[in-house]
Amino acid sequence: MSAGSVRDPATPAAGTPSPAGTGAAGTSPASSTSGLRTPSLPPWGVPAVVAGIAVLTGLLVLATPLGGRTATVVVFALLLVVVQTALSLAVEGRRRATDRLVTTSVVLAFLLALLPLFSVLEYTATRGIHRFDVDFFYRSQRSIGARDPGGGAYHALLGTVEQVGIATLIAVPFGLLVAVYVVEYGRGRLAATIRFFVDVMTGIPSIVAGLFVLSFWILGLRMGFSGFAAALALTVLMLPIIVRSAEEMLRLVPSSLREASLALGVPRWKTILRIVLPTALPGIVTGVMLAVSRVMGETAPVLLTAFGAASIVRDPFRGGPQSSLPLFIYQQAGDAQQTAVDRAWTAALTLILLVMLLNLLARLVTRRSTIGR
Amino acid sequence: MSLGALPPVPTDPADVRPGSGDGGPRPASLPLRTSGSGTAEPRGDRVFRGLSVSAGVALLLLIVAIALFLVVRAVPALRADTAGFLSSTGWDPNALPPRFGIVALAFGTVLSSLLALAMALPVALGVALFISHYAPRRIAGPLGYVVDLLAAVPSVVFGLWGISYLNVPLAGVSRFLAEHLGWFPLFARAADDVYTRSLFLASVVLAIMILPIIASLSREVFLQVPATNQEAALALGATRWEMVRTAVLPFARPGVIGATMLGLGRALGETIAVAIVLSPAFVVSLSVLQPNSGNTIAANIALAFAEASATGRGALIASGLVLFVITLLVNVVARAVVSRRREFTGGAL
Amino acid sequence: MTFSRNARISGLVLCGALALSACGTDEQKPFNASPAGDSGIACAKGSITAAGSSAQKNAMDEWVRAYQDACPGATVNYQPVGSGAGVQQFTAGSVAFAGSDSALKPEETAGADARCATGKAIDLPMVTGPVAIAYNLQGVDGLVLDAATIAKVFSGKVKTWDDPAITALNPGAKLPSAAIQAFHRSDESGTTDNVQKYLAAAAPSAWTYGAGKKFAAPGGQSAAKSDGVTSAVKSTPNAITYVEQSFAENASLGVVKIATGASAPVELTTDSAATAVQSAQVVGTGSDLSLKLDYATKNEGAYPLVLVTYEIVCAKGTPADALPLVKSFLTYTASEDGQKVLEDAGYAPLPSSIRKKVAAAVETLA
Repeated sequence: MSAGSVRDPATPAAGTPSPAGTGAAGTSPASSTSGLRTPSLPPWGVPAVVAGIAVLTGLLVLATPLGGRTATVVVFALLLVVVQTALSLAVEGRRRATDRLVTTSVVLAFLLALLPLFSVLEYTATRGIHRFDVDFFYRSQRSIGARDPGGGAYHALLGTVEQVGIATLIAVPFGLLVAVYVVEYGRGRLAATIRFFVDVMTGIPSIVAGLFVLSFWILGLRMGFSGFAAALALTVLMLPIIVRSAEEMLRLVPSSLREASLALGVPRWKTILRIVLPTALPGIVTGVMLAVSRVMGETAPVLLTAFGAASIVRDPFRGGPQSSLPLFIYQQAGDAQQTAVDRAWTAALTLILLVMLLNLLARLVTRRSTIGR
Repeated sequence: MSLGALPPVPTDPADVRPGSGDGGPRPASLPLRTSGSGTAEPRGDRVFRGLSVSAGVALLLLIVAIALFLVVRAVPALRADTAGFLSSTGWDPNALPPRFGIVALAFGTVLSSLLALAMALPVALGVALFISHYAPRRIAGPLGYVVDLLAAVPSVVFGLWGISYLNVPLAGVSRFLAEHLGWFPLFARAADDVYTRSLFLASVVLAIMILPIIASLSREVFLQVPATNQEAALALGATRWEMVRTAVLPFARPGVIGATMLGLGRALGETIAVAIVLSPAFVVSLSVLQPNSGNTIAANIALAFAEASATGRGALIASGLVLFVITLLVNVVARAVVSRRREFTGGAL
Repeated sequence: MTFSRNARISGLVLCGALALSACGTDEQKPFNASPAGDSGIACAKGSITAAGSSAQKNAMDEWVRAYQDACPGATVNYQPVGSGAGVQQFTAGSVAFAGSDSALKPEETAGADARCATGKAIDLPMVTGPVAIAYNLQGVDGLVLDAATIAKVFSGKVKTWDDPAITALNPGAKLPSAAIQAFHRSDESGTTDNVQKYLAAAAPSAWTYGAGKKFAAPGGQSAAKSDGVTSAVKSTPNAITYVEQSFAENASLGVVKIATGASAPVELTTDSAATAVQSAQVVGTGSDLSLKLDYATKNEGAYPLVLVTYEIVCAKGTPADALPLVKSFLTYTASEDGQKVLEDAGYAPLPSSIRKKVAAAVETLA
């Protein structure tokens, strides 16, 4: 959304030519004679500081028994923050120094968040590549003995797609309607109660959701294990995430938009469907994708409700026990045989790629249907 | 200060409106309610409202059903318990007679989740701000996508990665902390100098898992802040951080708290990853750097469920009920915080 | 405006899903030609689901493969969900039979019997698996321990590898003075139960923590599941754990020889495990064949740490649509051929006297 992409013109990013052209003199307080301009670090200031700190860190690592990649990075980051802030404080004053401190911290936070991501992805990819072959996506585990190589995860992939697909088809309309009620219609006790309990619902451990469906649907109504039962359990897990995120996003849609639409005589339901929901769509899709990502990786509830199978089961309703990718990972990773462990990592890689693909598709759809473009 | 670099006024629906920089997320139903002064509601409206009301009621019923289910299953086991459920720390529900208490589990659950939140929240907000307000506009979208990927990693994989990749390096960090900051209760030194498989490791894994939840939703909230508010701040000469602090953060606070609650809920309820990385023990201990320093409710359910007797299952479900109550309490506190802020800032939130 | 494009994307996704659902196969490449054809299996058709002990998962995998290869119209689905959960599923009637690490307990029998409409639930011993005491100690092969020392190691009373208790049993071995890293299971398991029962029976003065599926002694570290303790020991120098033999073997960990009081310490082999089961006594009544092992055995060449797992079935009252397949499948597993398959999978076959009784009991299922 363009609404948030306003750039602060007051603090040009490193490398942007400074209109003042103070150049090297910028570092000396003497240059702040104009009275209108606050003194600022020269454009090459930030890169210079970064380079200086890098050299300093290198010297420190060489000269002292610091050692270790982690320690080096930590020292570098700390030095950078301290030195740059101090310099800026001396030259530019408190406000600019704070601004630079925050900018550096924000960038560092982002880099820090990338570390585990790349580590996990690399770890999964290097282990998952061994069995990333045609057989893996074409065959099932039927009649694969404990020590056999080969086999595949087709049955599990199909199971995951069906279970998560059904769960999404139930949870998204349901969750959106609840969010619409809470934000657009809700008043008084009922809406407050719903909001409150949706929050509580986020903390339900996934295994409890599985147990709930197991005792109501499978044991209570005697429906038997099935992919659909798993979809029900996953729905319970998806709902609070969808409702909560959609609620936050709907709440952010300016009321002036609604008023304008209503003032033009558009009925309320159409206002909600055509104006409010599309405006909040990117955020809603993010929430839905978070929910889908979350339940795609769930093992315990699927184990209790779809139960698992080694053969291909196409019918999620009456086909009986069905497998799923996380279940497949869990069971194969716990095996003694390396061939099974390889299958588990390939399945993990597949699962991540699948969610990536869905995320990408969702982005495409969102971008195209956002109104105003 | 030159304002020449201001981008053109966005043609976004959020800005196509008369008047100036209003647009705080005030309760949307307020103006709507007054506008519906006509006598008869159109049929489409009645149908749609009916649908959404019944969805809300259905969800409420679902939650009540789950709570009831937990209670019904838990009560027989609680009756059979010969130790105080709310006062003892041990967990032996399969023994005859059954003895189990929730104290150690509840403590470990809350402690690990709070640690995870303390680690994840600042980073997540930094990530969200970076993508919404600091990164070059062209790459911000893809970067957001990259962070969302972290949410795509299944918890089994986080668990396996945590134990086989993160365990040993983090033990080094733990030893460093214990040797230099051992006076701090959380960093107490381990008795036999072993720092692997600790509650700290579990917290770090949890932090990584909840990071994308908080970051993605906060990012969306930050992106929804009306441009006019931000432009006004900048026009008054604010630096970027001052603009964020005065225009973005106050507007986004309820949304960020909502995102945090979702993340905390995930941390409280996370099962398999914690079960894989933790060497659990039923103790109440603050020294989180060593193994056998705690256990969590959800992980214990995963570890004990497969071999539990009927009473054991009931006991595990009772622990699930406690988790339900913990989440409830956490949310009560969070709501109290939000509403107090709202009063304090005079409804500008 | 953009609706049609969205429709196109959704259509694409839908088509992809449809294509996906059409193109997989249950067929496997013939990598190791199994002796199909004259398998001597009396086939039944249909599909059954069973669940329970993960200790017998590998055995079931081998059996299911052989059975399905011989009987193309049959599907047997065994899910290793754990003994307790397996018994629960059996009692609830959602599986045809359950695999369990222990015979039905008194408090479980009523529920299990009620599930069998017209009969009782019975325990049939089917798979016996030795449990290894596995270690990771550089330069030490064929470590010898006795029950009392094992008990002290796992309860943290013996803390270093060069403790007199260990050196006395291993004269000549170069034992380091490093601390022992003892790992146990953090989840509840039949293996833990079995090891604790063994220690309580064979070293009652050193192991005072009783038995049970939860590890009861203080000290040590823990990891989840067999693969968890195995990889923990594999990646931790000077570590030791207890785990099913197939895991220790696959991770190439050292396996302790147990000094039982026989003339020489007993190495873990298929034979030594089978020898121990030989002396087991049937304590079940009627067609129930639950066994009692003598953990304190001093018989020559008998490896005492053996896990016997059962199939729990209805003697009478299995639903009619599942009965032929249950009977046919269990007849195969209790046959000589069926038991022979196990030797390659890290298990020991049932002694023939017990195997015959099991086969006879399967014969009477109705």
